[in-house]
Amino acid sequence: MSIYEALTVALAAEQPVVVATVIGGAGAVGAKLLARPGGETLGSLGADLPEVAIVQDMLAMLARAESGTRRYATAAGEAEVFIEAYPPPPTMFIVGAVHIAIPLVTFAKVLGFRTVVVDARGAFATPERFAHADELVNQWPDEALHGRLNSNSFVVLLTHDPKLDDPALKVALPSPARYVGALGSPSTHAKRLARLRGEGMPEAQLARLHAPIGLKIGGNTPEEIAVSIIAEIVAARHGLTGKGEG
Amino acid sequence: MKDVLPAIEQWRARGERVAIATVVKTLGSAPRGIGAKMAVSSGGSMAGSVSGGCIEGAVFDACQAAIANGQARLLHFGVADDDAWDVGLACGGTIDVFVEPLDP
Repeated sequence: MSIYEALTVALAAEQPVVVATVIGGAGAVGAKLLARPGGETLGSLGADLPEVAIVQDMLAMLARAESGTRRYATAAGEAEVFIEAYPPPPTMFIVGAVHIAIPLVTFAKVLGFRTVVVDARGAFATPERFAHADELVNQWPDEALHGRLNSNSFVVLLTHDPKLDDPALKVALPSPARYVGALGSPSTHAKRLARLRGEGMPEAQLARLHAPIGLKIGGNTPEEIAVSIIAEIVAARHGLTGKGEG
Repeated sequence: MKDVLPAIEQWRARGERVAIATVVKTLGSAPRGIGAKMAVSSGGSMAGSVSGGCIEGAVFDACQAAIANGQARLLHFGVADDDAWDVGLACGGTIDVFVEPLDP
């Protein structure tokens, strides 16, 4: 299997992988090496290059989702190597298969997110409405999210029903999820904070919640609200709030 | 890479050869980040991008050359670029682009 084929298969299966290519200096320009997190490799950069050290760098960069060039000494001089990380895609968990969720899944997919739509109510979470979602989960949100959230997860709560939102928040806010946002007016949000505080949720966790969700762009339709939500998530992905910094 | 794969598969399915250009280094303000890719087919099709449109023309030519001669090559683009490509970047940054033929 060629490096290109192996990369194609890994990307389709959403498996993390990292590729190194000699791009200049000493060494065979164009030579490639692919590595997986377990250390398994495919291809070769040439006998002159320190492959063990390079694979170590590749895996460290994959873990940081970082790509860039590195220089390595060879008998014939320095070789320049481009290391490109392909981390698995971020996943957006959308709780509440409501109207806003339909355009939100569309936008999230364009931006490279895997999408998971969660709703225990069978009438909402139908394959007809969400044929474009990667995964449709007919479960209560706390069951559906339990054990699935990591630092590559983004959680969007759209139910504005405390029976569904609160259990989801109790799983999402203490988790390593990168972003947690919830729909609802400022007064709905104030009541939500009071309820969760009353149940002993720590302030640091409550402060993580983006609510009312989305950037203020004045939208009213489900599609416009989905744009405001996805814009806030793009900002969060880049470490910003989208409210005017930098 | 994922954004250019469907086009590459289509071109290869109809028997065309392909070269891939990748942004490997940027300095200063650059329109696209490291890893951004553009793919070009021997039939003259193009997918993806490596800048905001400033250097795609030169990169397209380099991809065609890579398909023809089978050689990979590192290109450098800067604001005061006086190399053979005669292309400058309005944004004031510099971009290194690696162009490589995809094995048939």
